[in-house]
Formats: sequence, C-alpha cells, structure tokens
Amino acid sequence: MTTQEIDLQNTATKPDSGRGRGNWKFGLVGVFFGIVFVKAEVISWFRIQEMFRFDSFHMYGVIGTAVVVGLISLQLIKRLNIKTVQGDPITIVPKQYSKGQIYGGLIFGFGWAITGACPGPLFAQIGAGYSVVTVTLLSALAGTWVYGAIRNRLPH
Amino acid sequence: MLNVLTQPWPWYVAGALIGLTVPTLLILGNKAFGISSSLRHICAACLPGNIDFFNYDWRKEAWNLWFVGGITLGGFIAGTLLKNPEPLVIAPNTVHALRELGVRDFSSGLMPADIFNWGNLVTTTGLLFFVIGGFLVGFGTRWAGGCTSGHAIMGLSNLQWPSLVATICFMVGGIAMTHIGLPFLMRLITL
Repeated sequence: MTTQEIDLQNTATKPDSGRGRGNWKFGLVGVFFGIVFVKAEVISWFRIQEMFRFDSFHMYGVIGTAVVVGLISLQLIKRLNIKTVQGDPITIVPKQYSKGQIYGGLIFGFGWAITGACPGPLFAQIGAGYSVVTVTLLSALAGTWVYGAIRNRLPH
Repeated sequence: MLNVLTQPWPWYVAGALIGLTVPTLLILGNKAFGISSSLRHICAACLPGNIDFFNYDWRKEAWNLWFVGGITLGGFIAGTLLKNPEPLVIAPNTVHALRELGVRDFSSGLMPADIFNWGNLVTTTGLLFFVIGGFLVGFGTRWAGGCTSGHAIMGLSNLQWPSLVATICFMVGGIAMTHIGLPFLMRLITL
C-alpha cells in the first residue's frame, strides 16, 4: 500500500466534513460516551488487568455487546438506506490491510496492558480526576508524532 | 433513579450504549467512530513540522477533537455527580496476582493510587506506567491505523477483516505484557 493510500484512509475524507459549525453535536455525544466509560468502569486499570488475566467477563461483555449492536446498526443503515441528518448517503471508508495492524497492534496491546487505557479512556480518566494521566496522554501524543516522523521507514 | 445511575452500570448496558455510538456518529454527519485519530489531529494542529503525515487540514476533522473534549467532560461528570460511593469490586484472582507484583491499593477508586499519582512522575514507576506506556499506546495505535474504537468496535461492526487482525494483535500484545512483561518490569521498580 502506498503512503498516499494510508493517508486517505486515516483522514477520512467525507463529503460533508463541515468546518466548525455543528461540531458541538459530537462534543455532546462525547460527553455521553465519557459518562458511559466511567460508569461501566471500562476506564479502570483494574478492569483491563482482569480482562488480560481472564478473571472477569466484564470487558469482553462490553466490547462484545458494542460490536453486536454496532453490527446490527450498520446492517440496518445499509439495508434501509438510512441517510445522515443532512440528507447525505452514509459512507464508510473500508479498512485497508497493512502490516502495521500486526506490529502496531502488538505495540498498542503492550501499552494497553501497562496504562490500563486505550486512547478514549485516557481522556475519560483525566476528566474523572486522575490528572497524572495527562502525562500518559502527552506521551501518547509523542508516540503518535514519532510514528509520523519515521513511518516511511516502517513496514506497512 | 439517581441510585441506579451512581451504581456501576452492567456490561450489557454499557456495551449497547457504546455500540449505538457507531450509528449516532454516522447519522449526525457521516463520521466513522474512532478515537486514536484525535492524537494525530492534535499533532497536526500543534507540531506538524515538515512531516507529510501531519500536513493536512486537521480543521476538517475538528469534530474528533470535540468528541474527545466531550469524553473528558463526561469523565468529569461521571467522576463527580455520578460517582459510585462503594469501592470497586475486583476479581479475587486479579487482586491476588497484582499483590504479588507489589500493588497495594485496591480500594481508593478506579485506578491503583500507588501507581497513578504525581509523586511517581520522576520515578521508574512513572517512566514505565506514564511515559513508556503512553508512548506505546500512541505509536502502536497510529501504526495499526486505529485503536479499540476504530478497529475492535467500528471495524468489526463493519465486518472488516483487517480490523480483526488488529484486534487479535491488541489482545495478544496485552496478554503478553500482562503475563510476561509486567512481572519482569515490576521487579525493576519499587512501588
């Protein structure tokens, strides 16, 4: 896969990615989502440890249910030809395979087990009062930046 | 009612609500659910340098920054107004295994306070749990082209096999770090 293709895939170029106006709606969805994250305790370092130690069903239940509900929703959107609120057809960019899904996936897995957080929960942990996680977030930004800087030398 | 809200929410409620985020974002404006991209957009906004990967119009993806800003605010609301007054219930086997590794705080909240506190910032504990851990999350998710939300939830919901590869690797990496890496690394640090 060429560099250009990966770039297109990652910065989803959608017909109506409007500038500014109306973005507050996504902020509102985020608020709702952050509350769910904290209340279901999926931002807990302990819950992630339980998951990787196979000591609790909780996280498997959360992710599994989310996938099933997401799958049914997408099937309904496709079959009923549901449009966006702006009236545009819903389009989803397919995921392109790259070796990064293996190497990067493993590396993210290492980090997930150490920090007890994927990127979403990092933000929710900070909001929930674990202010030291801002350091983890800055480090995650550094990791993203270094990836961007050296990606041409990495296998994809 | 408030009692129901302050108690921990069961997995099927949380899973269903997280799953519904997928169609909600699509219907509100054709947005594909994904969170790790926000890290890229912040890099592009703050420190793009002359790196191709960060030179694009991040403002077009500003919705994603609103989304993670909202997640932070939601975390605050849930952590204050809807805070669960009871200590976290943790599987006994996990408590036992973590005690062996030196963790002692299991009751103060969602995170072990003996690891996640500012006092650890310039210690080996902070280096491992904040600096190295965070770096691996940021580097790994971007190389994989997504995280738990973009691949495991959005990708699998859309039956994308590359997302299945990524999700399996997330789990393999996490299991390896938990069972092989952490027991070794936590011997090098003193909690």
